[in-house]
Amino acid sequence: MSKREIIDARELNIALNRLCCKLIENHGDFSNSILIGLQPRGGQVVDRLVKLLKETYGVAEVRTGKLDITFFRDDFRRRPGHLQPNRTQIDHLVEDQRVVFVDDVLYTGRSIRAAMDAILSYGRPAKMELLTLIDRRFSRDLPIQPDYKGRQVDSIASQRVEVLWEEVDGRDAVLLTENPS
Amino acid sequence: MSELSVNHLLGIKHLNKEDIQLILDTAAQFKEVINRPIKKVPTLRDITIANLFFENSTRTRLSFELAEKRLSADVVNFSAASSSVKKGETLVDTVNNILAMKVDMVVMRHPNPGTGEFLSQHVDASIVNAGDGAHEHPTQALLDAFSIREAVGTLEGTKVAIVGDIVHSRVALSNVLLLQKMGAEVMVCGPSTLVPKYMHTLGVKVEYDIQKAIEWCDVANMLRVQHERQDIKYFPSIAEYRAQYGLTMEHLDGLEKPITIMHPGPINRGVEITSEVADSEHSIILNQVENGVAVRMAVLYLLAEKRKLNKE
Repeated sequence: MSKREIIDARELNIALNRLCCKLIENHGDFSNSILIGLQPRGGQVVDRLVKLLKETYGVAEVRTGKLDITFFRDDFRRRPGHLQPNRTQIDHLVEDQRVVFVDDVLYTGRSIRAAMDAILSYGRPAKMELLTLIDRRFSRDLPIQPDYKGRQVDSIASQRVEVLWEEVDGRDAVLLTENPS
Repeated sequence: MSELSVNHLLGIKHLNKEDIQLILDTAAQFKEVINRPIKKVPTLRDITIANLFFENSTRTRLSFELAEKRLSADVVNFSAASSSVKKGETLVDTVNNILAMKVDMVVMRHPNPGTGEFLSQHVDASIVNAGDGAHEHPTQALLDAFSIREAVGTLEGTKVAIVGDIVHSRVALSNVLLLQKMGAEVMVCGPSTLVPKYMHTLGVKVEYDIQKAIEWCDVANMLRVQHERQDIKYFPSIAEYRAQYGLTMEHLDGLEKPITIMHPGPINRGVEITSEVADSEHSIILNQVENGVAVRMAVLYLLAEKRKLNKE
């Protein structure tokens, strides 16, 4: 299994800053917006974005949540092994709010389909948007595209795109992993 | 984490520690689900579940049915009173007829011990034992364990006393097996006629004085006196039982430690437990009922996951 670094810490930081600027353009002071990280890896992106928004761009308050989509997936009983659910934490009402789904890698789009289904259990958002740090181009199974994307990556099905974070993995980077077939 | 090691939930006896941990952890996620404004998830939308109740039940049956509906499964209900069982049909025939209608899972309560086990060997469906005679009631033990974990924080090292009619109780046996597997210390307490003679061979403490049991334990699980299963007289009178083994505020007032009171229901108020205790801040009886739905959702979800769709 070979691993190749395709984005380093500096490039990742530039992408995160650009995402913050785009969010501010569309969401202003975030008073009607909620950033929802998709479990398990979207939460890290949310944490980073919020840190930057507050410390670098002076945004006073950003409401966030974590959404687990396990029970809404479309591959239950269709894939080997166990689907492990994670904690969902939505402490704010999403009714009439602008919800931004945040994930690290957008691949087939199926998780996002499940997330749109799942969030409706909490109310009817005024708007749903999608932010992804990495967009794996030309790999979608569903007609879903991100509103905000950090970087686009070209990859094939046998490869895996993995985002590392300093807080959990020791360094910031994006790796392209080749799975032996 | 891996999946369950079993294809059916027949008893706690067949589960290992990892299975129990997985069920309790999954139940915690489902508890969040059933507290959402919309309490339903689509996970089991292609699963059909038959609830076969050959014995009366209110809360277990409602709890299972609610769990199934919250998971979006299709549900069919069956009760022995209004069925062909009365016309002489055998259990395997009854169940096979139901399975011919493309049912994937069977939740069954039956007065005879081992019925679930027997059925699992003869029919192609996942079986969930919802109580078989005085043998096992695994989902009750799982929800009790979940409730203890929630109230006390951990099962490991927690002292649990099971008080009352032990000999007729499937809840007692499942609880003992589960709590021991999870590292809790277990004591049973009751009149000697209602404690099985060989109880100590399971490695549990046996106590005949309720005050001593209450002083020892962190959690007291008060069992109902099962009049309907008592073919002979096990104690002189209800008043005598109440005086000797009924839990009252006097038992709890002198305690210098926190205590959690549980009851699997239905309660005989004023017999094994007074209303004052049942409604006190020590009691988590209604939490148990809420947790029951979450735990049953977890069990159904995990067993359904084992029934993979064959793509060949």
